[in-house]
Amino acid sequence: MPETVLAARRRSATVLWMGRNWALLFLLLEVAFFSILGSRFQSLENLQNIFVACLPVLILGMGQTFVIITGGIDLSVGFVMGFGAVICAKFMVILQAAGLPPSASIPLAAVICLVVGVIPGFVNGTLVARLKVPPFLATFGMYGIAYGVSEIVSENTPISGLPALAGVIGNEYIFYIIPRKLFSFLVRPGNASPEDMRAMLSIIPTIVAIAFIFVIVFAFILRRTRFGQHTYAIGGNMDAATRSGINVPRHLTWVYVISSCFASLSGIMYALKYVTGRADAGSARMLDSVVAVVIGGASLYGGTGNVKGTIVGALIIATLETGMVNLGVPSHNRYIAIGMILVLAVLIDQFFPELVGKGE
Amino acid sequence: MQDQAVGRKIFAFLGEKWASIFLVVLLVVFSLVARNFFAVKNFSNILYFATTYLLLAAGETFVIVTGGIDLSVGFVMGFVGVVSSIVMRDMLAAGNSQTVCMLVGTLVGLAVGVLPGLVNGYLVARLRVPPFIATLGMYGVANGLALNLSEGFPIYFLPTRVQEIGNSFIAYLLPGKAFTFFERPPNLQPGDLRNLIGIIPGTVLVVAVILLLSIFLLRRTKFGQHTYAIGGSKDAAIRSGINVPRHLMGIYVLSSVFASFAGIIYVFRIGVGNFTTFSSSFELFAIAGVVIGGASLMGGRGTLGGAIIGVLILNTLENGLNITGIPAFYRYIATGLILIAAVVIDQLTPERRSTGA
Amino acid sequence: MAEAMLELSGLTKRFGGLTAVDHVDLQIHAGEVVGLVGDNGAGKSTLIKMISGVYHPDEGTIQFHGKEVKMGSPIDALHLGIETLYQDLALAENLNVYSNIFLGREKTKPFLGFIQVLDHDTMHVEASKVLKRLEIEIPSLKSQIKNLSGGQRQAVAISRSIYWNAKLLIMDEPTAALGVAEQRKVLDLVRLLRSQNIPVIVISHQMYDIFSVTDRLVVMRRGKKAAERITKETTPDEVVGLITGSEEVERKAGTGS
Repeated sequence: MPETVLAARRRSATVLWMGRNWALLFLLLEVAFFSILGSRFQSLENLQNIFVACLPVLILGMGQTFVIITGGIDLSVGFVMGFGAVICAKFMVILQAAGLPPSASIPLAAVICLVVGVIPGFVNGTLVARLKVPPFLATFGMYGIAYGVSEIVSENTPISGLPALAGVIGNEYIFYIIPRKLFSFLVRPGNASPEDMRAMLSIIPTIVAIAFIFVIVFAFILRRTRFGQHTYAIGGNMDAATRSGINVPRHLTWVYVISSCFASLSGIMYALKYVTGRADAGSARMLDSVVAVVIGGASLYGGTGNVKGTIVGALIIATLETGMVNLGVPSHNRYIAIGMILVLAVLIDQFFPELVGKGE
Repeated sequence: MQDQAVGRKIFAFLGEKWASIFLVVLLVVFSLVARNFFAVKNFSNILYFATTYLLLAAGETFVIVTGGIDLSVGFVMGFVGVVSSIVMRDMLAAGNSQTVCMLVGTLVGLAVGVLPGLVNGYLVARLRVPPFIATLGMYGVANGLALNLSEGFPIYFLPTRVQEIGNSFIAYLLPGKAFTFFERPPNLQPGDLRNLIGIIPGTVLVVAVILLLSIFLLRRTKFGQHTYAIGGSKDAAIRSGINVPRHLMGIYVLSSVFASFAGIIYVFRIGVGNFTTFSSSFELFAIAGVVIGGASLMGGRGTLGGAIIGVLILNTLENGLNITGIPAFYRYIATGLILIAAVVIDQLTPERRSTGA
Repeated sequence: MAEAMLELSGLTKRFGGLTAVDHVDLQIHAGEVVGLVGDNGAGKSTLIKMISGVYHPDEGTIQFHGKEVKMGSPIDALHLGIETLYQDLALAENLNVYSNIFLGREKTKPFLGFIQVLDHDTMHVEASKVLKRLEIEIPSLKSQIKNLSGGQRQAVAISRSIYWNAKLLIMDEPTAALGVAEQRKVLDLVRLLRSQNIPVIVISHQMYDIFSVTDRLVVMRRGKKAAERITKETTPDEVVGLITGSEEVERKAGTGS
C-alpha cells in the first residue's frame, strides 16, 4: 500500500512540475517541431540567432516584468526604445564628429542614452504614483509623446553615419574557433583559408553577452534584495505595503524608471545591431514584451512574475519567428500564433492554478 | 464659507465640462492662427476624417463602460476592410454589377466582422480572460489574417462607384447657380468645380445615424442601463439577474461590428482595401477619445457624447496642426499630453455630491 | 490607578458640516481590553483613525505615555508603537508568512561584501519564535498568505504587530468573516496580549466578542461618547439600548481595573 502512495505522490509531483514549467516545455516542443520540419534549425548559428532575435523583447520584458509585478503596465516601452535608438545613434554621430574615437564615443553615447532614458520613466512613475493616473493611460499617453519626440529628433529619417565599431559590437561574437587551429577572442580572423572559414565556429554574440549581464543583475535584484521584495509586496497589496512603511510612490517611480531605462537599453542594442537609429525601432515590440512576461507566468493584476519566466516567454516568441523564417512561412502569421499563445497562457493560469503550482 | 461653496461648484462644473471647453478653445485658436481653418470645407474635412475614429470610439465606449477594453478594433477594421474589398474585387471580376458587388461586399464584411467580437466576448465573458489580454490576442490574430489575405498589398480593382459613393455629399451647392441632392449638379463648367461646395459628406451622415442610434441604445434602453450596471459592479449586476456573460458577448460583438463599419467606410473612402499598419495607432486615438470624453477605465462611467467630443478634439488637433504646417508627429505628443491631462483633471475635480462620512 | 497609557481629551473631528467625533475623552491603561461599540456612523472608525494617525484632530489632544503627540501620518503612529489591524488585514497575498511579518522591515545580510540580500533564514527563525510566543500553529511559514484561513491570517497580522513591539493594538472587527472555532482562537489571542500587558482596543458589532474579552466598553453615538461601562457590570441588552439611545444615560467615569 505505501508503495503506491509514494508512486502516486511522485507522479503528481511530476505533473506539478510540468504544469509549473509548461512554458519551458512548450519552448522545447517548439524547438523540436522546427528542428524536424525545418532545415538546419539546430545549427549553432541558428540557435544563436534565436538568442539575438529574442533580445529586444527580452530587454523590454525585463523592465516590463518589474512594472507588471507591481500591478501596472508600461505601454510606452516600444516607443521609448525607438527614442533610445535615436538618441544613442545621434550622439554616436555627434561625438564622433567632435573628434572622439569610437571606443569612447560609443560607450559615452550609450551612457547618455541611458541617462536620458530615465526621463520617460520618471514621468510615468510620477503620473502613476503621485497623480494616481492608471498605469494603462499614463504609459499610453507617454507612448504617444515618446513617438512624437523621437520623430522630431530624428527628423523623420533613420540616422546614419554611425562609427563602424558600433556595427562590430552589434553583430560580432566573443569567441571564434577554428577547430584545432585557432582560438580568437573578440577579433574575427581575417586571413584564414576558405575551408577554415567554413569550419569556423562563432560563439556567443557580443550583444547577447552584454544583455546577459544586465539580465543577471536585475534578476538578482528582483529575487534577492529588499527592493525586489517590496516590488512584489506592492503588487500583492499596495495598501499593506504603504501601511508597512514602504515608500510606495518612490518605489513605483523607480520601477517605471527601470522600465524606461531597459527600453533605452534595447534601443542602444538596436543601434548597435542595425547601425542606425529609427523612431519606429520598437513599434512592433511593445506588446510582445507584455506577452513574454505574461507567458512567463505573471498576472496582469500584479504580485507574480519572474525573470526566468520572461526569458522563456521571449525565447518562445523568438523561436516562433526564427522557425517561421526557416520554414519560409510568411512572417505575418507570427501575430496569429503569438496572439493564440498569449490567450493560452492566461487560460492555463486561470483554469489550472493547481497545475501551475499556485496552491502550494 | 458661502464663497467657498460657490467656488467649489464652479470648479466642479469646469472640471466636468472641460473637454467641451477645450474643443471650443482649439477651434478658436486654430481659426485665429490659420487662415483656412474656419471654413465649411475644412470643418467638413474634419468630420470626414473623423468618421472612422468616431465609429471605433463609439464601440469602444460600450466596452470601456463595462470596465473592459478592446485593443483589437484597429486591426479588425483593417481585416474587414481587406475581406470586403477582396469580395468586391472578385465579384466584379466575375462580372457582377457594381451595386451587387458593393452590397455583397459590405454584407460579407459585416458578417465576418462579428467573429472577432464573438471570440473576444467568449474569452472575456466565459473564460474570464482579462479583456486586455483577450483583445490583445485578437489584435494579433486579426492582423495576421488581414496580412495573410492581402499578402501585404493593398487590394485594388474595386468597383469604381465605391470611391464615388465614399466621397459623395448629401447636397451640393454651386453658389448662385445650382443646388442638388445626392449628385453633383449636371453640366459643370471647368471653373465650377472649385466653387462647388459639398454639404454633409454621405459617410458622415451614415456615421451620424449610427451614433444617434448608439446614444439611444446606451442612454435609454435596458441594454444601455445594464452596461453601466456591469461596469459599476459586476457582482451587483449578476445578483440582480442580469445575464452578464451574454451581455458582455453582445458588447464585444458590438465593438467589432462598429470596427467593421469603420473598415468598410474606410474602403469606400479610399477606394482601396488595406490592412492596418502598426503606426496608425487607431486604437490609441479611439481609446484616448473615449477617456478624454470622461470615461473611466474602471468602468461604470462615460458617455457617447463625451467620446464624440474627445474624438473631435483629437481630429481637430490633427487638422489644425496640418493646416498650420506643423509636422504630423506632433499630434502624437499632443494626444498623449491631452490624454494625461484628461485623467489628471478627472482626479482633481471634486465630486458634485458631498463626500460625507 | 495606574497612569493611562493613552489619553484622549476633547478629541473632535469634522468633515464639512458634519461633526464625526464630538469632544471625546477616553483613557486606555496597560493590560486592559477596551471595547468600542456603536452603530454605523457613530464615529468609531473616525476616532480610531485619529489615534492611528490617518486623520488629524480638529480639536483636542492625544497623549501617549503622558506626553502629547501629534501624528502627521500612519507611520508616526507606528513609530510610537500604535498598531492598527483593519478588517482587510493589510497582508500581501502573494508573499509568505514570514515575509509578511517582516514586510517593510526585512532583515538583510551582506552578499559579496557590499550588497544587502534578504536574509530568509533569520526571518524564518524569528517569525516562528513570535508565532510560538503567541501559541499560534501554522504548519509551514513558507506558505503564501492566500492559502491560509481567515483565523490564521488574523494571527499573522497580530504576530506582525507583536514582533514590532506594539505598545497599543487596535483591532477593527477582528472576528468578522471568521468561523466559530477561529473566532475563539482570535479572542484567546487577545487575552494573551492582555496577559502580556499590551492594551487592546476592540471595535466590534458582536456582543459575544465584547462580553467575552473586554474589561471595559465605550459606547459612541452620533460622535459623542454616550456611555462607558465596566463589562462585568452590564448586560448585552443594556449595551444595545445605549447604542440605539433608547435609554437615558449619564456618563460614568469608568476606569479599568
